[in-house]
Amino acid sequence: MRRIAVWLLGTVTVLVLLFSYHTSTSSRFAPSQAAVAGRDATDDAPDLPESGTFDGDPVVTRFGVVQVRITVADGRIASVEALQVPNRDRHDVLINERAVPILNAEAVEAQSAQVDLVSGATITSQGYTLSLQSAIDRAGA
Amino acid sequence: MSRRAWVEQVMGMPVSIHLRGPEVRGPEAERAVAAAYAELVRLDGLFSTYRPESPLSRRRRGDLAAGSDEPLFAEVEGLCAVAAERTGGAFTAWLPDDAGELRYDPTGLVKGWAVDRAARELTGLTATSWSVNAGGDVLVGRHHHVPPEGADAAPWRIGVEDPRDRTRMVAVVPLSTGAVATSGTAARGAHLYDPVAQQAVDRVGSMTVVADTLLWADIWATALFVGGDAAREAFARNAPGAQMFAA
Repeated sequence: MRRIAVWLLGTVTVLVLLFSYHTSTSSRFAPSQAAVAGRDATDDAPDLPESGTFDGDPVVTRFGVVQVRITVADGRIASVEALQVPNRDRHDVLINERAVPILNAEAVEAQSAQVDLVSGATITSQGYTLSLQSAIDRAGA
Repeated sequence: MSRRAWVEQVMGMPVSIHLRGPEVRGPEAERAVAAAYAELVRLDGLFSTYRPESPLSRRRRGDLAAGSDEPLFAEVEGLCAVAAERTGGAFTAWLPDDAGELRYDPTGLVKGWAVDRAARELTGLTATSWSVNAGGDVLVGRHHHVPPEGADAAPWRIGVEDPRDRTRMVAVVPLSTGAVATSGTAARGAHLYDPVAQQAVDRVGSMTVVADTLLWADIWATALFVGGDAAREAFARNAPGAQMFAA
């Protein structure tokens, strides 16, 4: 019987198991070792300047406009600041209080993990990621 | 190798297109990306449920006879029927409205289908790899002369967000051709509907599917998230080559 590839992920330990798993049904989806070793790998890191600040494009999401500014030091993203976040009503404020600091951390993580794109379920996060991507693009231009 | 990114707001979400290759700043790249966005805008104009004047909204109100004027309506209705059958009923285009009445709403399928269609504009760009990220669902591809594997392939590295801790990625999927879709309730609350249990799904977590097309990656990600063992059995039976993982 065909093996169903179901993984419950949540810990790094399980993640490492994922990366050592080779499915019998398809070779195309092969999460790479580099994802685990991402923080060490620098070969294909985006070419960022030594230092400077760069603003991302304002990105319109269903919840409002999101815009970020990155600060680059020693060729890496040192910090990410939200210039604009949606705050039209109480619900948005609640989202932002939680989301923005977390996303700040995510931005720095994404840089170290060298991710080109992010797949996820949240639109505000997506706006943030896109604005971040545009800031990175601008820094590398 | 150069890289260039565009972002437009289409279908109520940011849609980004990234190109990699030696000529991403040339007029051909500009033209192809504009054509891809134009196709998305056109399909959104036809299928929007947010705009009361769209042909689909008129159809839902009964102002437009079934299959009367738009051949793409029949195509999408057919795909909705196939999706419901293949997923064992875990996918449905019949969703409850504010009053609880079940109404035809193919929105969940149209997004992936529209991105697949629009991306055809990008496949002819010489020596170019491309990616489209539509609100967290990703489709990537390449010109047929760009090798799928090896040193020159440079697959896109698609991070999958950890739905419980967005400072982390649960996986990185390297992909040169194909789609990655994630469905979940991580931060937006219950926005997915389980047609078998006839209620909204409010569990936390996400389901990610890698498939050849965004149409089917998205359908299966949602079906597997809202569905139970039956949906997983349907996936094993009816989605050869596709991969899934839960987070």
